[in-house]
Amino acid sequence: MHGQPVRLRVVRLSLLTRERVFAAALLFPGLLLVVIFAFYPILYSFYLSLHRIILGLPGLGQPFVGLRNYADLLHDRIALHALANTLLFVLSSTLLEVMFGLCIALVMNRHFRGRGFLRASILVPWAIPTVVSSQMWRFIFHDKYGLLNFILFGPDISRYQAWLAAPSIAFAAIVTADVWKTSSFAALLILAGLQTIPDDLYEAARIDGASAWQQFRKITLPLVRPALLVALLFRTMDAFRVFDLVFVMTQGGPADSTNVLQFYGYKKIFAEGLMGYGSTVSVLVFLVTFVTAMVYLRLLGKGMFGNPA
Amino acid sequence: MKKTLFFSAAFLIVWLSLLPFLWFLATSLKTEVEITAIPPVLLPSATLHFYRTSIEQYDLLHYAKNSVIVAGLTTCITLSVSLFAGYALARLRLRAKGLILGCLLMVSMFPQISIAGPVWRILQSLGWLNSYQGLILPYVTLTLPLGIWIVASFFRELPAELEDAARVDGCGHLQTLFRVMLPLAAPGIFTAAILIFIYAWNEFLFALLIMTQQDYQTLPVGIALFQGQYTLPWGEIAAASTIATVPLVILVFFFQKRIIRGLSAGAIKG
Repeated sequence: MHGQPVRLRVVRLSLLTRERVFAAALLFPGLLLVVIFAFYPILYSFYLSLHRIILGLPGLGQPFVGLRNYADLLHDRIALHALANTLLFVLSSTLLEVMFGLCIALVMNRHFRGRGFLRASILVPWAIPTVVSSQMWRFIFHDKYGLLNFILFGPDISRYQAWLAAPSIAFAAIVTADVWKTSSFAALLILAGLQTIPDDLYEAARIDGASAWQQFRKITLPLVRPALLVALLFRTMDAFRVFDLVFVMTQGGPADSTNVLQFYGYKKIFAEGLMGYGSTVSVLVFLVTFVTAMVYLRLLGKGMFGNPA
Repeated sequence: MKKTLFFSAAFLIVWLSLLPFLWFLATSLKTEVEITAIPPVLLPSATLHFYRTSIEQYDLLHYAKNSVIVAGLTTCITLSVSLFAGYALARLRLRAKGLILGCLLMVSMFPQISIAGPVWRILQSLGWLNSYQGLILPYVTLTLPLGIWIVASFFRELPAELEDAARVDGCGHLQTLFRVMLPLAAPGIFTAAILIFIYAWNEFLFALLIMTQQDYQTLPVGIALFQGQYTLPWGEIAAASTIATVPLVILVFFFQKRIIRGLSAGAIKG
């Protein structure tokens, strides 16, 4: 008795509705995972940041402390230092990466023998696990057996430096390792942009007697600008996530010179067990990256991402 | 002159890309004495000593096994989920498509630390810390945006006539997907598989947090945490690093075109 009208209804569903239901069903598993393991945790982080939670002392409970953690954060010198380090790291590494990326892309864009080998070679740094490349660079910067000391000073051991023990050099070392690893990714994005520039433009310029530099300035650079911005966006978002490099190469030292927010948050939550205060750091990282992303998307304009379908 | 300049630039790029890794590879093939020699020994005596000790004393094969399990299963699960989602987003009429794609893009840009604490707590309450599923589920979530974007971008390129023809022949939606679209989008799916596998194979932060027992740790965690008695075991670290890297280098040299295509599809075409 009851089943009949329901079944009739199903039959009556329009083709469009059926397609939509089917599409929703296909999307469901993926969206469920994203909600449970990405969006809910973001909100949960915010909730945790309003409480005092110390993992080692469950007896204290989870008292609500309002914005106390945020007030503490503003007076936390190490956290502010880590914020400054993060911004400096993001700025310097992404600018260098896009610069090198453009150079690599210009070389890759030419047709020559061995191009496949060149392409595969530049993908190697990108593919290597970051932990491995961090250990590699740590070894290159090693105070006794490092390649860098040998290249600079030869066998003259008395002049060998402990590079990673000097604050500003340790920071530069991390930027170097990051630039080495990810310039190729920037290059690929820029290359995709270069390939959309029609050859006729260059031919016309050549006929008009434009030099290679003029062609680069007047044709390549303006037309590859959107791709440069996309590369900058992706590299910036990724640079905010720097963690492996710091964990392996310096542990944030010396004297917090390489301490970045992701590492600081990790230390607060998981090493010191300050789930509440550490979550405040996580929220800060999230907000900083979110705002940065919004600024970039504005710059890129809607045309780039607005209408993917 | 111009040509010389160009080729020296190309040579420099190749050399700088490969040199640091080759140096570590050479280190892994040295003897203890050669590693600590000053000036450094450029050509190793090609001994497998450190491979043996890293297997015997540092349980290297165990880490490798965990990495294979975690990265392999992550790839399979992410692929099947993104296959469905990517098809829906690319080929079906659906409300809020832009919103869903935007959300996925956002997930792919989250700093991991902003979700690490809660994810750890969720897994703890499920009793899934130090379990394969405890690491695989977050990995699937984090690789989904990449998978869906790539698969969708390949589906989008297929001509609509094929789908219509299948419909006319009486195929339902699911049949159309599996019989007609899936085989045609296979290259895209394979591309996505490579990128997802590399991501899961390399990930460190979540692996470090979720796998606190050595039995379950993956290669990156092992390589980061190898400790000697007095000094760092550079030989073993280099050997383990080589083991962790060689599969990826092989992938890169065989499939560089696909990888490049996939990366720019995921990023630009969107």
